[in-house]
Amino acid sequence: MNWLDVCDLEEINVLGSRVIAGPKGDIAIFRTSNDEVFALDDRCPHKGGPLSQGLIYGKRVACPLHNWQIELDSGEAVAPDVGCAHRHHAKVENGRVLLALNTAEKCA
Amino acid sequence: MQKLKLVMIGNGMAGVRTLEELLKLAPDLYDITVFGAEPHPNYNRILLSPVLAGEQTFEEIVLNDLNWYAENHIKLLLGRKVTKIDRKKRLVIADDGSEAEYDRLLIATGSNPFILPIPGKDLEGVIGYRDIADTQMMMDTAKTHKHAVVIGGGLLGLEAANGLKLRGMDVTVVHIGDWLLERQLDRTAGELLQKSLEDRGLKFLLPKHTAELLDNGEGRVCAVKFKDGEVIPADLVVMAAGIRPNSDLAESAGIACNRGILVNDTMQTYDPRVYAIGECASHRGIAYGLVAPLFEQAKVCANHLAQLGFARYQGSVTSTKLKVTGIDLFSAGEFMGAEGTETITLSDPIGGVYKKLVIKDDVLVGACLYGDTADGGWYFRQIRENHNVSEIRDHLMFGENAIGDVGHQGADKTANMPDSMEICGCNGVCKGTIVKAIQENGLFSVDDVKKQTKAGSSCGSCVGLVEQILISTVGGAADVKPKSEKAICGCSDLTHGQIRKAIRDEHLTSLSQTMAFLNWSTPNGCATCRPALNYYLISTWPGEAKDDPQSRLINERAHANIQKDGTYSVVPRMWGGVTNPSELRRIADVADKYKVPMVKVTGGQRIDLLGIKKEDLPAVWKELDMASGHAYGKSIRTVKTCVGSEFCRFGTQNSTQLGIDLEHDLFNMWSPHKVKLAVSGCPRNCAEAGIKDVGIIGVDSGFEMYIGGNGGIKTEVAEFFVKVKTADEVREYNAAFLQLYREEAFYLERTVHYMQRVGMEHIKKAVLEDEANRKALAARLQFALSFEQDPWKERIETPQLKKEFDTIKVVQLEEATV
Repeated sequence: MNWLDVCDLEEINVLGSRVIAGPKGDIAIFRTSNDEVFALDDRCPHKGGPLSQGLIYGKRVACPLHNWQIELDSGEAVAPDVGCAHRHHAKVENGRVLLALNTAEKCA
Repeated sequence: MQKLKLVMIGNGMAGVRTLEELLKLAPDLYDITVFGAEPHPNYNRILLSPVLAGEQTFEEIVLNDLNWYAENHIKLLLGRKVTKIDRKKRLVIADDGSEAEYDRLLIATGSNPFILPIPGKDLEGVIGYRDIADTQMMMDTAKTHKHAVVIGGGLLGLEAANGLKLRGMDVTVVHIGDWLLERQLDRTAGELLQKSLEDRGLKFLLPKHTAELLDNGEGRVCAVKFKDGEVIPADLVVMAAGIRPNSDLAESAGIACNRGILVNDTMQTYDPRVYAIGECASHRGIAYGLVAPLFEQAKVCANHLAQLGFARYQGSVTSTKLKVTGIDLFSAGEFMGAEGTETITLSDPIGGVYKKLVIKDDVLVGACLYGDTADGGWYFRQIRENHNVSEIRDHLMFGENAIGDVGHQGADKTANMPDSMEICGCNGVCKGTIVKAIQENGLFSVDDVKKQTKAGSSCGSCVGLVEQILISTVGGAADVKPKSEKAICGCSDLTHGQIRKAIRDEHLTSLSQTMAFLNWSTPNGCATCRPALNYYLISTWPGEAKDDPQSRLINERAHANIQKDGTYSVVPRMWGGVTNPSELRRIADVADKYKVPMVKVTGGQRIDLLGIKKEDLPAVWKELDMASGHAYGKSIRTVKTCVGSEFCRFGTQNSTQLGIDLEHDLFNMWSPHKVKLAVSGCPRNCAEAGIKDVGIIGVDSGFEMYIGGNGGIKTEVAEFFVKVKTADEVREYNAAFLQLYREEAFYLERTVHYMQRVGMEHIKKAVLEDEANRKALAARLQFALSFEQDPWKERIETPQLKKEFDTIKVVQLEEATV
């Protein structure tokens, strides 16, 4: 996997997110309350809302446009909504946030 | 930790609802075992009548299928009747010999049909109407036999009779009372109902006393004989003469019973390890037979079982609805009218409409509606919330529509709407979809409907309609509650009021502290509770509680309004709606430089720059060099003014200057919901002060103040509050009222709804009658605002706060080939 160095973990607020300009549009990178990081395409499967601007709780983000709840680890919308935001790999190593673009895996 | 053992006897709606609530609160506290006498998983008993009538199938009314029990690790023992409770050994024993030990026992055995103690009661073809087996038997008998007699003209009896008639039987209803449904209806309505059922081919004998059921010689019933000697043929006799709480088992275990198992306000019996809930329980002398109160009991019982112990059941006001398709009947509260009550009646026997409202001490206490039940839900809400109706008394009979409702929140006649009618205009959900979702998924609350269908989940203006559809679909089972009694969200069982109180009483100043103290069930809440908690904290403890930007929704975090394409709109503050050439030039320059696709004038007399990219926001603010207009916040929005006495030939007061002053007074004020003001300089009221949270109209002798207006989702005309002489008084009264609202309203409660909840009297008492309190309120607002500063300026000046607006550049990304 081709890990890219993104930023210091502290550059992302706890329960916050930042946006990375990706090759195929923006990628949102999220930080949870226990310092896990997740990355999704910054587009809600519903109407394309920027998920990076949503409110983060647990391992979910609420889309800022119509409040769809998206699972950060899978990109799946929480039932009864159906849809999936494209997921990338992200991790924290030595206080740095690393990202690996995921081009193959499609949503279920 | 060793799990506690919870055993439940009975597998019906009340009991299983308790388990559902319990699993939400404390999923891992108990190992749960359930004994069910019937061979079925939990199903919706109140929908047996539509099944009998052929409108639904058994499969459709199952609420929790077997998978549900498995997924929640509940041991389900079906087809087993518990015969003994050994309280010493804490053991439950069933008829097949199986046993289960318990630490807590929940008795939810429901009720049994009352079988008249008359000769022939044990003959074949004589049944009660209670469960799937009874319903199945009725359906089978209808195929092979002709004559059915239903004993009892109550809700259940009429529903049974209607179903049997639809299945082709010749049905006679025998009733002991002078009219049908004498517990739900008064005589006039009962007679109207009888006539309309007779038109459908049902026969009635009343008042009539049954003496005996006759044997056909082979052990099957063949006729019913009455005390007056009359005999009518009967191949099937359905006893629907009432229910008896099924408390035998508890009684034999030595638990105190008196027409039901006696329980306290936490649903515990005489033995505190043993709880009882539902139709078998008697709370303050009442054993409820309707499902809505049982669900309230379930919540309380689950709360206590989860060892939280703050919920208390204090009895319910009930409403009923006859589930016979095509007949509209609704009653709620004390509709019969007792001493000290007054009644208002509307009677149209030809048109088939009868309505009766019962009022006591200016409060609606009961309603009985026949033929037109569209307003049932609204009346029920009035009864439950104890609203003073003296001011709307003359319109009360004509329903919510007559109380000046130009929006569609209220009582449009959902019952008569076609299925294709759009209910939720935001999400495009029509009535049929909602009804289907309610029936197929067994929904009982508006929140469930919102989740499942999205109806009412956006702007909320159709929630009233959704509530009505819910009530007309599931009747008395609908879980309709005012916000003051509802839990804040799925993360906690506490209401907004309880949370506000805890934050104040316990001096809670941070989100994590509050969630820990109040036993939040989720690690960091959700998008519903976090913004509310954040507001409660900063409004209760200004200067002490720290604002948490991550608990604000995006608009209040970016200090701009997000648009559908992810860009933002920027509305700079123009105090009192007044601007000048140099501001306009700067706005024009910004619009040019950032290629703003649209510049628009807003309803609140401001200029809106739409389509700005998030990363440009700080620069745009800087170049505008104007204060934040807060057009994005649950906060002070705008003070709209007319030109007033400075220019207008009719103006009596300097409304423009007062508007500017008020806007400065309130600048940076966060509030439960948005707050809009207007000041007009004369009674022509060009600033439209009548539909604002606070509206001021200048008159020759001073200023009239109006509060609680709203021009949005549902137009609400502001109510007259007070008349004062000077502009300074206006500012003081305004600050005091808005501080009261800030301290007492629930999050997302507009002033109008706050006012409806607490009553105008309460506000007048706090602000008008008590001068010291008024000054203290105004001072507290000033104190709170002393900690706030213009959020735009703050973000321009503090680089750390600006980073949220920047995109991260990843160097390798540009090199990475993907």
